[in-house]
Amino acid sequence: MRTVEGKVVVLGSQGVGKTSLVVRYIGKMFSHHISPTIGASFFTCNINIDDTRVKLQVWDTAGQERFRSMVPMYYRNANAALLVFDITQYFTFNSIKKWVSELERNVDEPMVYCIVGNKTDLGTHRKVSREEAQQYANDIGGKYFESSALHDEGIEDVFVNTAMELISLSKDPLTRSLRIYDSVESTLRSPSLTHYDPNDSSSSEIDPAQNSKQCC
Amino acid sequence: MSDGTKASPGVGVIGCVSLKEDDIESMEIEDKKRKNDEEEDILLVPEWKEKRKHIFILSSAGKPIYSRHGSEDKLVTLFGVMQALVSFVQDSQDTIHSIQAGNVTIAFLTKGPIILVSVSRTGESVNNMKLQLLYVYNQVVSVLTLTQLTRVFEQRGNFDLRRLLAGSERLIDHLLNFTETQPGFLLGAVKCLPMASSTRDVISQTIINSCSKIKNLVFAILIADNKLITVVKMKKYNLHPADLHIIFNMVNSSESFKPAESWTPICLPTFDASAYMHGHVSYLSEDCEACLLLLSIDRDMFFNLSEAKQTIVDKLRRNNSLEAINEALHRPSICASDLNIPNVWHFLYKYNSVSQFWGPKLEAPYVKKEEQERLLHLYEKLHSTVHKSGRTLKLVFQQLQTETMLGWVTSGFELYVTFDPLVTKKSAINAINKLLNWMKKEEDRLFILNTSNF
Ligand SMILES: Nc1nc2c(ncn2[C@@H]2O[C@H](COP(=O)(O)OP(=O)(O)O)[C@@H](O)[C@H]2O)c(=O)[nH]1
Ligand SMILES: [Mg+2]
Repeated sequence: MRTVEGKVVVLGSQGVGKTSLVVRYIGKMFSHHISPTIGASFFTCNINIDDTRVKLQVWDTAGQERFRSMVPMYYRNANAALLVFDITQYFTFNSIKKWVSELERNVDEPMVYCIVGNKTDLGTHRKVSREEAQQYANDIGGKYFESSALHDEGIEDVFVNTAMELISLSKDPLTRSLRIYDSVESTLRSPSLTHYDPNDSSSSEIDPAQNSKQCC
Repeated sequence: MSDGTKASPGVGVIGCVSLKEDDIESMEIEDKKRKNDEEEDILLVPEWKEKRKHIFILSSAGKPIYSRHGSEDKLVTLFGVMQALVSFVQDSQDTIHSIQAGNVTIAFLTKGPIILVSVSRTGESVNNMKLQLLYVYNQVVSVLTLTQLTRVFEQRGNFDLRRLLAGSERLIDHLLNFTETQPGFLLGAVKCLPMASSTRDVISQTIINSCSKIKNLVFAILIADNKLITVVKMKKYNLHPADLHIIFNMVNSSESFKPAESWTPICLPTFDASAYMHGHVSYLSEDCEACLLLLSIDRDMFFNLSEAKQTIVDKLRRNNSLEAINEALHRPSICASDLNIPNVWHFLYKYNSVSQFWGPKLEAPYVKKEEQERLLHLYEKLHSTVHKSGRTLKLVFQQLQTETMLGWVTSGFELYVTFDPLVTKKSAINAINKLLNWMKKEEDRLFILNTSNF
């Protein structure tokens, strides 16, 4: 089956819920006791969309100032950025903007931008309006999503959209760092991490020559 | 790696940390400040004043960095006073060590650009307070590296260090509780997970075999339940217990290591205070709660180490070591009463050459938290009595109100025993001989006596 393997970096201030989002999506759980990430954490997940498998390599960064100098090593060669802010804290929205300009300056390949306003369950304390965030996402050519890691709302959309955009990106001739190859269906994949493809065929042809690009 | 860690590529990365006024997180702190200004004077709040122990960190310019209880922001005046005290004494080419005021002891530790202060009503010794402050300092260095800590204050004397420590306060909080409940800090030693030495050897050998092709891997450390399972190291380096304590503290206070593989910069202050190492940190598997740290000086090693980790886990599963670790973790701990040595309530035994210790699980009369704390204080006093400098006291026997304490320091081991209060010297000595026999018999299981190198 056609497989697209991409690197996703999750950026945003400390405490906006980056780790909670990723753990909610990949680990299917929420912990109130999650401690601040130290450095960065690495997750992988597979999403099947039609006849394509998208393998995401997710780098969840810490968002603390002392790790600033390390962040480039996570966005270097990234194909998508999930830029997360907390809708109840305006400064976290501003910090997204700084990340975006840093990415625009330093990443030369096309990149998927996905802005995520998290903690919608705290809607009564909202400081960033949906319109403003949406407008900003439009301005930078990205998409805007809102989510609650606590209530498990809107997170699936974020990842599925990222996967779909990576598929489009894989058709863009400017994209060099996405890995695209054909793989034999593995029977070992975890069903909980597979979405959007109830009847995906496990008998696909192997054609290593087709569309194969090397990663970094 | 062949030419020392100072030239590691990791150093360069940290070298370019930029600290501009308008950096991203600064607004966060402003926000916090505004909130705090509105609150009342914390110095007048009785609950705050009556805390048994306060710990403060400030910059040498008097800027608040950390307070164990209450927000530093509300204590600006107090921090000013502490800074004034330190610099007043410094002006006369002297260093302030401690102040005694009634039942309150204040200890100071000035380290590089920061001042650490402990204010205690617990009756503990100044030395012990300073030891704790030193651990706190080590924790700060571990988070920032000494290079970074020094540089930010050189660049700007009134730098607000909380910006860089954001998210790490809990490491300090946790460390303080840790040092106040675990005897390992006092002893400068770590506890191992008891298991047959042959089982441990299989685990170490598995790690060695799986990592043989990886360059720049300095330490592999496997821990569970706050105890060491094994350490594999590059031959020319050693892992100091103080660094292991920092690692234990980090793993213990970070739930975030559980769901993923992490790539964590960590500075081991005794090993190399100037630079970060890069740690691949992960738990072995969902069915085995042991945490594996692979520490490299190379920041681009993540995927190599991730692969090595997978190999290690697969092999450990196949040779039944995961099961063995779980078994060791679930085996009931030994209590002093299991040893059947009359009069002995509890003891601590430190194996000097390997900086490891063992002590039985606390049991009656040390069940309540206050009683356990009291016992640790007794050990602290005993420890400082035997180690008092300028004396050649190697054996101490103290008959106290509620227990009898015996401390014995030799070149090979240190032994601290708690007896019932009425024990005679003769039966105490008898008991000690039995105890040492038992330790001799068990040492292969309780300690890691042979070193494993890559
Ligand atoms: N109410 C609410 N709290 C959340 C949500 N997501 C995360 N949190 C909390 O926000 C804090 C920081 O979360 P974390 O995932 O560590 O943030 P990170 O620093 O961006 O990785 C934690 O206490 C979480 O429990 C959410 O959707 N709603
Ligand atoms: Mg996080």
